[in-house]
Amino acid sequence: MTPELGQFALVLALCLALVQAVFPLIGSINRTPSWMALAQPLAWGQFVFLSLSFAALTYAFLTDDFSVLYVAQHGNTQLPIVYKISAVWGAHEGSLLLWVLILSGWMVAVASLARNLPPEMLARVLAVMGMISIGFLSFLLFTSNPFERLFPIPMEGGELNPLLQDFGLAIHPPMLYMGYVGLSVAFSFAIAALIGGKMDTAWARWSRPWTLIAWVFLTIGITLGSWWAYYELGWGGWWFWDPVENASFMPWLVATALVHSLAVTEKRGAFKRWTVLLALMGFSLSLLGTFLVRSGVLTSVHAFATDPARGLFILMFLCLVIGGSLVLYAWRAPSITPGGGFNMLSRETFLLGNNLLLIITTAFVLLGTLAPLLYDAMGWGKISVGFPWFTAMFVMFMPLMVVIMGAGPMTRWKNQDPKALLRSLSLPFAISVAAGLLVAMPFGTGSWSAGLAVGLSIWLLTTLLYGARKRFQNRSGISLIKDIAGRGSRSWYAMWIAHIGIAVFIIGVTFVTQFDIEKDIRMSPGQTYEMEGYTFRFDGVKAQTGPNYRTQFGTVRVFQDDREIAVLNPEKRTYTVQTNPMTEAGIDAGFLRDIYVSLGEPLGGGDWALRLYYKPFVRWIWLGGLLISLGGLLAASDPRYRSKVLARLRKPAIQPTLAAENHS
Amino acid sequence: MPAFVRYLTPLILFLALAVLLYAGLSRDPRVVPSPLVGKPAPEFVLPELKDPQQQVALADFIGEVTVFNVWATWCSGCRAEHPLLMRLAEQGVRIYGLDYKDDRADALRWLQQFGDPYIANAFDESGRVGIDWGVYGTPETFIIDKQGVIRYKHIGPVTVEAINDTILPLIAELQGTPG
Amino acid sequence: MKTARKKRLILIGLMVTGVAAAVAFGLQAFNQNLMFFYSPSEVVAGDAPADTAFRVGGLVTNGSVARQSDGLTVQFDVTDNAEAITVQYTGILPDLFREGQGIVAHGKLRDDGMFVANEVLAKHDENYMAPEVAASLKQAHDTGVGKGMGTP
Repeated sequence: MTPELGQFALVLALCLALVQAVFPLIGSINRTPSWMALAQPLAWGQFVFLSLSFAALTYAFLTDDFSVLYVAQHGNTQLPIVYKISAVWGAHEGSLLLWVLILSGWMVAVASLARNLPPEMLARVLAVMGMISIGFLSFLLFTSNPFERLFPIPMEGGELNPLLQDFGLAIHPPMLYMGYVGLSVAFSFAIAALIGGKMDTAWARWSRPWTLIAWVFLTIGITLGSWWAYYELGWGGWWFWDPVENASFMPWLVATALVHSLAVTEKRGAFKRWTVLLALMGFSLSLLGTFLVRSGVLTSVHAFATDPARGLFILMFLCLVIGGSLVLYAWRAPSITPGGGFNMLSRETFLLGNNLLLIITTAFVLLGTLAPLLYDAMGWGKISVGFPWFTAMFVMFMPLMVVIMGAGPMTRWKNQDPKALLRSLSLPFAISVAAGLLVAMPFGTGSWSAGLAVGLSIWLLTTLLYGARKRFQNRSGISLIKDIAGRGSRSWYAMWIAHIGIAVFIIGVTFVTQFDIEKDIRMSPGQTYEMEGYTFRFDGVKAQTGPNYRTQFGTVRVFQDDREIAVLNPEKRTYTVQTNPMTEAGIDAGFLRDIYVSLGEPLGGGDWALRLYYKPFVRWIWLGGLLISLGGLLAASDPRYRSKVLARLRKPAIQPTLAAENHS
Repeated sequence: MPAFVRYLTPLILFLALAVLLYAGLSRDPRVVPSPLVGKPAPEFVLPELKDPQQQVALADFIGEVTVFNVWATWCSGCRAEHPLLMRLAEQGVRIYGLDYKDDRADALRWLQQFGDPYIANAFDESGRVGIDWGVYGTPETFIIDKQGVIRYKHIGPVTVEAINDTILPLIAELQGTPG
Repeated sequence: MKTARKKRLILIGLMVTGVAAAVAFGLQAFNQNLMFFYSPSEVVAGDAPADTAFRVGGLVTNGSVARQSDGLTVQFDVTDNAEAITVQYTGILPDLFREGQGIVAHGKLRDDGMFVANEVLAKHDENYMAPEVAASLKQAHDTGVGKGMGTP
């Protein structure tokens, strides 16, 4: 019975979405308050029904109800409870259900937290989100029903892909979906503004915290995914430029551009059309990502079970949403009044440069991702775009982006005196060039890439420190805590932390790429091997059993200066239902380096092929990601976005000067 | 009007992209129709899985509409579709299996554990018959009419939709024709 | 007013130049980093490049996997059921590598016809084999080359 209830709840949610997409919108156009007021309860209704539906599917997994096809395919009686729950979103149908649940969650959040929006605006935003909800709910119901019954009922289920039986991956998709779907809020705000034809700094102020939160989730999701790939795939990589990864990275790049562009629109009233376009692009790319992942047009290590009918459905939906929004943009954008003029040397220019670089990078990632498809469709042969190309792209754009990133915050809005800027930048410049050269010299590391990375990071760090000094000189007397607690200044601290995160990230990426050591060797039990001052002793492999798998459990002891510093247990698991072997790496994590060991295959006589890695600074990659997310959270938490403040600002059209009051 | 045109650029770029994606969708290598569809099924004679003394041959299919399912124990897609095959068999559909590049003991254990929907299984240890049939992965499922002509090929695990929308209607239609 | 306009034009000009340079550079790098995919039949026919890296895919022939005495260098045949080529790889093979399964190897062709791989991928898609592999098998099948010449 429960599965039928779950499905019925989905149908009801779809009905509510249909009403939500139509009536509040009409109400907002012919000013019928009662119709507009429908939006909020409808959003809540959808949320409640979708939660019920999700609960029904979770219940089916927990009770091993194999009469449900999806549960029979991906659930199993032997599965630990945590993974029974994460199995709910472990494959296509369930993850889509999670997706719409999250969408309704965002709707409810907008409906309840944005009460102080003008009612027309709120009605339009929720109506647009309702339309998106219709698309996904019909996709779910018509092509990917998770409650499909199965008869006869099998005694035992299939199994969740062993790769996914991991805590990191259990929480990675929900985070990522929060980000993807969260971008729909920025999208809906943009559409609502285009419909209304009025786009002012208030619009940017409403939309900014939502965008920030979505961007934070996206950042966390990608960081988690990278960390998971590192320890779970067993070959020490943390990013593969795989289509699925690119599908999450492209919306992130655009959202990053959007977050910065929104700042300009909020504070200076400039870049309005550009900001709107970015908001449309951000969500469009997350839809495109969905298409790429689920239609099977591209191959990927993450492949979902694919189905061309699903692909066609998403493609049609994509055309409706993206095509429709771009038509609206072409129609409405010319009437948006430009605002906030600026000079050639100003913070706006730097932010524009950063935006351009981010968008070009996105375009190149898109090109690299779709090129195999293009070549195939044109009959030019079957290709793949090499990892080196993506890396080359980054090495080309990243330094420029970082130079701008350092100089931008030191620059005034609107107009900056070039001499003053040069004066304040000269010291950081000198320090970072010196540091970079030092590292690049043979007595440093001898690597020019490492020198460049250190130079860039020091550049970010010194400019940020210089900026901080100036800030506290200008407002002497104000304490750090008071400043952060007050309103309007958090975005500055947020920028500070996030940019430090970038510096940390650059160091991590460059050092692990330049200096990691990888050795595939054959070892007999008791044999030792020296690498980077560490001695690895292989103590053999034993067969063991886990809850739902058998495992070859290896032991490797690591010594430094004759002192044992770690016992690593790389494993090779074979899950009992799906018999694919899985490698579990043994990792000794450290702030400055990781030691990483994975088992290859048995070579007879107790010998094994082992892969040993020394990975300097690899943790800094994820530490950087965390700092960036933290910055985003801080920016979104600024009291100036809270409803009371917004309410006060609502009535009069906000003057750009007012919005720019608290910035140096 | 020129302003309008300028703002159309993103739309035009997107439409070009959509055309490419559509092309990609229709070129999905998984749905390429088999060149064998509509042609007489390739001849074969292979030992039976459960009883190697017995033989399974194309001749066994002639006269009745037959579903010929290519599977292997190392293929988890086969595991996914297995309950659906059981369901088909219960509805009286004649299913023969081609156990492709497999281990006999593993295959027997599989049938014992998950049920046996097959009338008989041809044991294709070397995979040669699979090559003749154009099998390029498991699972694949063929429908063969009374005259021994391949009428349909499903690539990948059969789905509920494929069964309800294509397989069952096609079987019913083929059964209506004289043998 | 006029100067402001002029400045803006300069700004736009600079940006256009920058973007154009970046695009030109990127596309050039793109062409250098494309990796083409060839089937064993194409390699045997001499269609694959001699000096640049490419990818080759197909099924690992049953019984062809052999290890050298160091235990880490592996040789195996990859076939599209029409022709087969020998691949040599030093290192640890992926979890899903198995005889009879589809793989994709990335590397260069040596003068003696041995394909020296620096990377071997077995797809994590547990339901099906890599479409590239499928396509190469299908091609060999369609053209009818060497019917029955496949895996022993």
